[in-house]
Amino acid sequence: MTGVDTAFIEVDRVEKVFEVRRKTGLLKRERRQVRAVDALSFTVARGEMVGYIGPNGAGKSTTIKMLTGILTPSGGRLRVAGIDPSRERTRLAHRIGVVFGQRTTLWWDLPLIDSYRLMHRMYRIPDARYRENLDRCVELLELDGLLDVPVRQLSLGQRMRGDIAAALLHDPEVLYLDEPTIGLDVVSKARVRGFLRELNAERGTTVLLTTHDLQDIEQLCSRVMVIDHGRLMYDGPLAGLHEAGESERTLVVDLERELPPIEVPAPARVVRVQGPRQWVAFPASQSAAPLVARIAAVCPLVDLSVREPDIEAVIAKMYAEKATA
Amino acid sequence: MGSGRLYAAVTAGGFRRYATYRAATAAGVFTNTVFGLILVYVYLALWDERPHLGGYDQAQAVTYVWLGQAFLSTLALGGGGVEGELMERIRSGDIAVDLYRPADLQAWWLAADMGRALFQLLGRGVVPFAFGALVFPVALPGDVLTWVAFLVAVVLAMVVSFGIRFLVALSAFWLMDGTGAAQAAWFLGYFCSGMLLPLNAFPGALGEVVRALPWSSMLQAPADVLLGEAGALPTYAFQAGWAVVLLAAGRLVQTAATRRVVVQGG
Repeated sequence: MTGVDTAFIEVDRVEKVFEVRRKTGLLKRERRQVRAVDALSFTVARGEMVGYIGPNGAGKSTTIKMLTGILTPSGGRLRVAGIDPSRERTRLAHRIGVVFGQRTTLWWDLPLIDSYRLMHRMYRIPDARYRENLDRCVELLELDGLLDVPVRQLSLGQRMRGDIAAALLHDPEVLYLDEPTIGLDVVSKARVRGFLRELNAERGTTVLLTTHDLQDIEQLCSRVMVIDHGRLMYDGPLAGLHEAGESERTLVVDLERELPPIEVPAPARVVRVQGPRQWVAFPASQSAAPLVARIAAVCPLVDLSVREPDIEAVIAKMYAEKATA
Repeated sequence: MGSGRLYAAVTAGGFRRYATYRAATAAGVFTNTVFGLILVYVYLALWDERPHLGGYDQAQAVTYVWLGQAFLSTLALGGGGVEGELMERIRSGDIAVDLYRPADLQAWWLAADMGRALFQLLGRGVVPFAFGALVFPVALPGDVLTWVAFLVAVVLAMVVSFGIRFLVALSAFWLMDGTGAAQAAWFLGYFCSGMLLPLNAFPGALGEVVRALPWSSMLQAPADVLLGEAGALPTYAFQAGWAVVLLAAGRLVQTAATRRVVVQGG
C-alpha cells in the first residue's frame, strides 16, 4: 500500500502527440505532429494538494484528460490509484471527481437537485451516504435554497459550487479541478477555496488544481508544478518558483514630496518615479522589511504597499531563460 | 440492475427537460395541427382522384396524416432531437464531461432521447391526433390489442430514429460542425419515412427501396400496424433488425471516435 500512497498519481515519461492536418493547396494536405505533452514525469502522494500551472496551450488540460482516461497517452506510463485510466476508464471514474471550470456536468434545464439524484444513480452511492454527503456539500458550499432552482438560472459562482458538489457526492479519492475559480468574484473565490482546503484537510482528498490565479495556489497548495510546451519546468514549493524564476516583488512608496530616486542597496533598485511616488523592485525571495526600514530611515515616508509578481510573468521569464540557456 | 436505474433516471430527466418548455410545446401543438390540416386537404384531393392509392382508403389516408403530425417531433423527423445537443457538445468539447462519467455514451443518449420522445408523443402528439380524429373521418381500430401492438411499434420506431440520429451526431467528431450532415439527414428522413406521402404509394423500384430502408420503420411501420395493413410480428422483426444494426454501427463509430479523435478545447 505504501507504494500507492507515495505515488497515488504516477506519470512516467508520458507523451501525447496530436496529428494536425493543414490545407496547403486545393487538395493537398500537410500532416503535422503536435506534441502537447512531452516526456512528462511526476508523482503525487495521497492527500497532497498540488497546483498545476502554465500558460494557455501548455498541456494542462491534456494532462487532466489523460488522467481521467478520456485521452490515451501516445507513450509512457500513467497510473491513478494503481489503475491505467484509459484502459479502465469506468472503474477509475468511481474513484475520481472532475470539475472543469468552463464546462458543467449539471442538467442545464432542470433544478440542481435532479442532477444530484442522477449522480446518486450513476455512481451507485448508498442512500445514507448520498444523503450525508449532499447535506454536507449543501452546508459548506452554501447551496441551501438553490437545490430547486433550474441550473440555467444560477449565477456563475452558484453553478460552480453546484458543480463542485456534484463531483464530490461519491467520495472521490482524487479531485481534478480545471480552473475552478475562473470568472468568479472575490467572495465566491474565497468560498470555493475555503471548501477545498477543508475537504483536503478533513477527508484527505488528493487534489490536482490547474489555474491561472496565483492566489488559488498561494492559499491552497504547498506544492506547485509548472508546465510549458508540454514539459515540466518546475516542481516544488511556491516560494522556490519565485527563486527559480528570479521574480521580483515591487515596493510602492509614497513620499512626502518629489525626491530623486531613493538610494537602496542592490539588488533592489528604483524602477520608476512619478511625482512623490516611487517603485522599488526587489527579489521575491527577500523580505521587504529591511528595505522598508532603510527607506523609512532616509526618506519622509507617507504610505507604502507591496505588489506580488504575477504567475504569468514568472513563467514567461522562466521560459525565456531556459530558451536562451 | 444499478445501471437500469441510472438510465431510467436519465429518461425521466429527458422527459422533464422538454416538459419545462410549455410555451414551445403549445406552439408545436398549434403548428402540427395547422400542418395536419393543410396535408389532410391535399390528401383528400389526391385520394378523390386516385381512390385506394397505396392500398389506403380515404379514412386511412387521413389517419395516416394525423399520425405523421403526432410523430413529427416524437421521432425528430424535422430535427429537434438530442442529436443537436450532442453535436454541440462535441463541437464545444463539453463531450469531455460525458466521457469521464462511469456511464456508456450511447446508452446515456438513447435514454435521454427516449425521455424526450415520450414527452413529445404525449405533449405534442396526442392533441393534434385527437383533433384530427374528432374533426375528420378516420380509421381507428376498436380493439385494445391493436393499440397495444401499435404502441410497441412506436417505441421501436423511437429506437430506430435515435440509431440514425446518433450516427449523424457522431459525424461531428470528424466534421467539427455537423449541421450539414444533420440537415441532409433530416431531409432524407422526411422523405424516406413517408412524411410527405405514404411509402405504400411510392411506385416501382423506388417504392421497393424506400420500404426496405430504416426510415420506413419510423412512420410507415407503426401506421400500418394501427391501420391493420401489416402484422405486428413481421413489423417488429423489421424494426428490431434495423435498430440492432444501427445501434451496433453507432457503437463502432463511438469507439473509433473516442479512441482517435481529439476532444476539443482546453
